[in-house]
Amino acid sequence: MSRISQHLSQAKTAGKKILVAYVVNGDPYPQATLPTLHALVEQGVDVIELGVPFSDPMAEGPVIQKGHERALEHHISLRGTLEIVKQFRATNNITPIVLMGYANPVERFGYAEFAKAAAEAGVDGLLTVDLPPEEVVVLKGELDAHGLDNIFLLAPTTTLERAQKIAAYASGFLYYVSLKGVTGAGHLDVNAVKEKLAGFGQLTDLPVCVGFGIKDPETAKAVAVLADGVVVGSVLVEKMGSMADKSANEIAAAVGDIVGSIRVAIDSI
Amino acid sequence: MSNTEHFSAIDYSAFPNAEGHFGPYGGRFVSETLIYALDELQSIYFNLKDDPGFQAEFDKDMAHYVGRPSPLYLAERWTRELGGAQIYLKREDLNHTGAHKVNNTIGQALLAKFTGKTRVIAETGAGQHGVATATVAARLGLKCRVYMGAEDVKRQALNVYRMKLLGAEVFPVTSGSRTLKDAMNEAMRDWATNVDDTFYIIGTVAGPHPYPQLVRDFQSIIGREARRQCLEQAGRLPDALVACVGGGSNAIGLFHPFLTDESVKMYGVEAGGLGIETGKHAAPLNKGIPGVLHGNRTYLMEDENGQIIETHSVSAGLDYPGVGPEHSWLKDIGRVNYVAINDDEALAAFRKITKTEGIMPALESSHALAYVEKLAPTMSKDQIIIANLSGRGDKDILTVAGLDGITV
Repeated sequence: MSRISQHLSQAKTAGKKILVAYVVNGDPYPQATLPTLHALVEQGVDVIELGVPFSDPMAEGPVIQKGHERALEHHISLRGTLEIVKQFRATNNITPIVLMGYANPVERFGYAEFAKAAAEAGVDGLLTVDLPPEEVVVLKGELDAHGLDNIFLLAPTTTLERAQKIAAYASGFLYYVSLKGVTGAGHLDVNAVKEKLAGFGQLTDLPVCVGFGIKDPETAKAVAVLADGVVVGSVLVEKMGSMADKSANEIAAAVGDIVGSIRVAIDSI
Repeated sequence: MSNTEHFSAIDYSAFPNAEGHFGPYGGRFVSETLIYALDELQSIYFNLKDDPGFQAEFDKDMAHYVGRPSPLYLAERWTRELGGAQIYLKREDLNHTGAHKVNNTIGQALLAKFTGKTRVIAETGAGQHGVATATVAARLGLKCRVYMGAEDVKRQALNVYRMKLLGAEVFPVTSGSRTLKDAMNEAMRDWATNVDDTFYIIGTVAGPHPYPQLVRDFQSIIGREARRQCLEQAGRLPDALVACVGGGSNAIGLFHPFLTDESVKMYGVEAGGLGIETGKHAAPLNKGIPGVLHGNRTYLMEDENGQIIETHSVSAGLDYPGVGPEHSWLKDIGRVNYVAINDDEALAAFRKITKTEGIMPALESSHALAYVEKLAPTMSKDQIIIANLSGRGDKDILTVAGLDGITV
C-alpha cells in the first residue's frame, strides 16, 4: 500500500477529514520552501501538494500564476523540486507528497527517468493537470512501476460515465475541482458540490478531496462535511507572495497559522 | 515513410485519428474541466462537417461576406526580376478583414451558432484573428472578448482599435512573456470558467483536438481554390508551395489539398527572428523539440527544464513558441520542408513586393515571400510556385515606419 493510501485510510479510520495543502516549490524564494513544508505538517496537514513551477500554468488563477513566476525567477524547476523532497524526507518519512504540475517538464525529464528519480527522492504521487487519462497511458506505466500514485482531477463538467473511467486510472485519492474555473476563483457553490459528490461517491472507494476556491475555515468546513477532505492552495500562495521580504521562518509560521485554523475548523465537524 | 515515393500513398484524411493524434503529435492535453466542452465541440463538428446544409451556409458566407474565391495572381514583374520559376500569389490579403483568418472564424462562428452559445472568446497575436473574431461576433450579435498579450497590444494598436470599434472587449494579458502564448493561456482559463455559455474560437491549427482538425478543414478552402485556379490558369499543378508558419493555419490551408500530389514540393517558412543561431527566433520546427503546450504535443521552443522560452519575431503573428501538431508530423515524415527567414529578410521582401507589384504584404506573409526570393531563382522558367499571401500589410505600417525612424 502506498504512503498516500496508508495515511489516508488511517485518517478515515480515525474519523478525521483529510487536509491537503498546496504551495509552489521555490516561492517566494527557494529557502522558504523547506521550513514551510515542515510547518504545514506541524499544523495538521495530511498530504503536501508541492507545485512544480511552469512557465504556462494554464489552469491556475492569478495568485498561483504569480507563485510560479516568483519561483521561476529563481530558476526552480522539476529537478530542484525533487531535490527539496529529498531534503524534506531527511527528517519526515511519513507525510505523503504529491507533485502537482504540468506535462511538459515531465516530458522533458523523460517519463521513465522521472518516475525513477521521483520515487528515489521520496515523492508519493503525481497530479499532472494537463494529462487526462487519454494521454497518460505511457506515463502511468512508469509511475505504476515505481509505486507512485496517479492523482486525477474530477470537474463539475465530468459526467458519471467519465468519472468511472478516471477512477479506474486513479490511485491515492481523487481531486474534485469544486467549480468551473481556475485555482483561487471566488464562486464556490457548496450545494453544487454536494450534488456532484453524491454521484461520484458511488463510483469509487478512493477518498475524494475537494479544492479550488476554498479560502477560509468556514468554507473548508462546509465542504469537508461533504467530502473526505479539502485542498487549500491559493490562500497560502497569496500569503507567501506577500511575504517575499520576510524570513523563511516567518513565512513558514504565517502559512502554518492559516492551515492550523483550517485544521481546527474541519476537525470540529 | 521518408521516401517521397510514398507520399501519395498516405491517406491524409485519416489524420488526426479518433483521439486527435497525428502520429505522436496532437491529442488533448487539457485539464478535466475542458474535456466536456471538447467532446461537445467534437460531436457538433463531426455531425455538421459533411452536412450539406452546413457546408452550403459556409460556402455562401465565403462567397458573399468574405469575397471568395480569392484571386490567384501571377506576379509577372517580380517573376521577371528573379528570373526563375513563375510566381503566383494566393491573395488571402483581399479577403474581408484582410487575411486568411476570417475563413476559420466564419466556420467556428457557424459552429457556435449551432451550440447556442452567446459569447465567444479568442486569443490573438498580430490582431488579425482578433479582428476576424470580433467581425463575426458583430455580425451574429455575440458577446466577444479577445485576449491579447500586453506587448502585442502596444505593437498592434491599429487592430486593437479596430476590434473595439467592432464591439469586442480587448483584454491585455500581462502574465508571462505578454505575447500570444500568454493570451492563449488566459483564453483557456476564461473558457474553463465560462464553459457553459462561451465558445472559444482558436485562431490557428493548434490547441486540443478537435481544433487542429477543424481549423485545417475550414482553411483548406485556400488550397482547394489554389489547386483549381492553377489548373485553370496554367494548365498544370504547381511545383512548389510556400507559406509562412506561426501556428500554421494559412500554411496547412494551402498545403493540405496538395499533400497527395507527389510532384508538389512544400515549404513552410518559420520566423528566424534575429537569426536561428542567436536563439532569438520563433522557429520550433527548425530548432525546437517535441513537448506539450496548449493542449497538444508538438515541436516547442523550451529550455532544458521544459519551460517554454520567449520567442522573437518582428511579426507578432509568428511570435509563438509552438506550432500546429500536423506540421510537426509533416516535418517528421518529410512531406514538408520547414525553413526560416530572418526579420531583416522579411522586411526586405515587404519593401520589394510593395514596390514591384503594388501589393503591401503582412510581415507574416513577407516571410514566405522572402523565401520565394531564394527559391524561385533556383527553379526553371517553366516551373510554378504558389506563395500564400496570407494577409495585407496595412496593420504593419507603424512597425515598418518605426524601424525607419519615422513617426506617422
